[in-house]
Amino acid sequence: MAIQEAFEYAKPKTLREATKLLRKNKGAMVLAGGTDLVGYLKEGFVSPSLVIDIKSLAELKKIEFKGNALHIGALVTFTDILESKVVAKKLPVLREIAEKVASVGIRNRATLVGNICSAVPCLDSGPVLVAMDGVVHVKSTLGARKIPAEKWFLGARKTARKPGELVTGVSIPLPKGKAAGCYLKLGRYQGEDLAQASVFVLMVGGKKPEFRVAFGSVGPVPSRGRRIEKSLNAGESETAARALVGSEIKPITDIRATREYRLHMCEVMLERAVQAARARLTGDGPAYGAAII
Amino acid sequence: MKKTIHFTLNGQKRSIDVAPTEILLEMLRERLGVKSPKCGCDRGDCGTCSVLVNGRTLRSCLMLAVEIDGAAVTTIEGLGKDGEMSPLQKTFHERNAFQCGFCAPGMILSATELLARNPEPTRDEVKEGLAGNLCRCTGYTPIIDAVLEVSRKSGEGK
Repeated sequence: MAIQEAFEYAKPKTLREATKLLRKNKGAMVLAGGTDLVGYLKEGFVSPSLVIDIKSLAELKKIEFKGNALHIGALVTFTDILESKVVAKKLPVLREIAEKVASVGIRNRATLVGNICSAVPCLDSGPVLVAMDGVVHVKSTLGARKIPAEKWFLGARKTARKPGELVTGVSIPLPKGKAAGCYLKLGRYQGEDLAQASVFVLMVGGKKPEFRVAFGSVGPVPSRGRRIEKSLNAGESETAARALVGSEIKPITDIRATREYRLHMCEVMLERAVQAARARLTGDGPAYGAAII
Repeated sequence: MKKTIHFTLNGQKRSIDVAPTEILLEMLRERLGVKSPKCGCDRGDCGTCSVLVNGRTLRSCLMLAVEIDGAAVTTIEGLGKDGEMSPLQKTFHERNAFQCGFCAPGMILSATELLARNPEPTRDEVKEGLAGNLCRCTGYTPIIDAVLEVSRKSGEGK
């Protein structure tokens, strides 16, 4: 399928140049991996006047650990995350997430930031960010803003990004204590598929363990499970936490799954994710990426 | 506005004027006559349009041609050396690892990337490496067997 609507193409060499182009051209769109954007262009879903390719901005291609947070630049692909030693050491559950995104040929191009900019309800990068109080960094000619992940996702394909703003990266603050996580994604078959539902759990160890829980693909935006967190933090079991799932999410029936199936599987996945995170914390859990559902 | 891009295609330097709207797959097939990448799903799901760009498989249906300025692009035409097929190509041929052949270039390119990064993959790792390449004929078993055979051969040579 050919792209029908013409556009101009620019590949700025500096961030400043990129934000200037974005400010001057109201109809501009940003291109990083393009695995969503090029598809949208072909389908006529979007028709920008200018496509700004940011792949020359080397400073956005970094994964760094500083200030007790993991920073992931806008050009970091899912393959970069999978191959990153920093990620493997500081937040291995992020590898488990990256591994579940589409297939190698897509992961080689698709970026985590692109994933949250497209903001489709089934995105894999959403639950971890809302659960761990991730922050989205944007820049424009007017300055920079930091947007908490929970305020970033406004609806299906809707984000808090304002015209003229370029997302430069995300940061994920890491908990002080020892922690382990688990991301479970339900698909119709193994291999590449969009999520029917997904659950993210992080457990921070200590005398009084602390939990973070979020769900994906069961609402227009990824959602935090605060009632479940409270229950788990109070020492209740994961089996007891299952009963709270229905109060946290209101999934719909669509082409990929029914409401009932999503609800039931979220209960199952929550229980198994908590069990896996707990076992991983003590070092004898299933390897990250192992099939748990 | 058209832009002149310079890149390497199967080891040869090429320059071509492209419009920003041109898709890499279209440019390769229609303008440069490289027909091994195919248009299957046209949305990144099937892998038949796979090409190697700087050693990584990418979906040429989801790339603008203008994006490959400065890159090294390899299609299956560029895998063999001195008229000889690559070990993967040979083994796919010997093991009859395809029937209609539509998926074969993409499969072999994905397997090439996999073995370059992980010379001795497990069966599950081969499956994961090829999960984005769909075959509608053989049922995958001979394909996975072929990749494992090449990996064992390369392992023996060490």
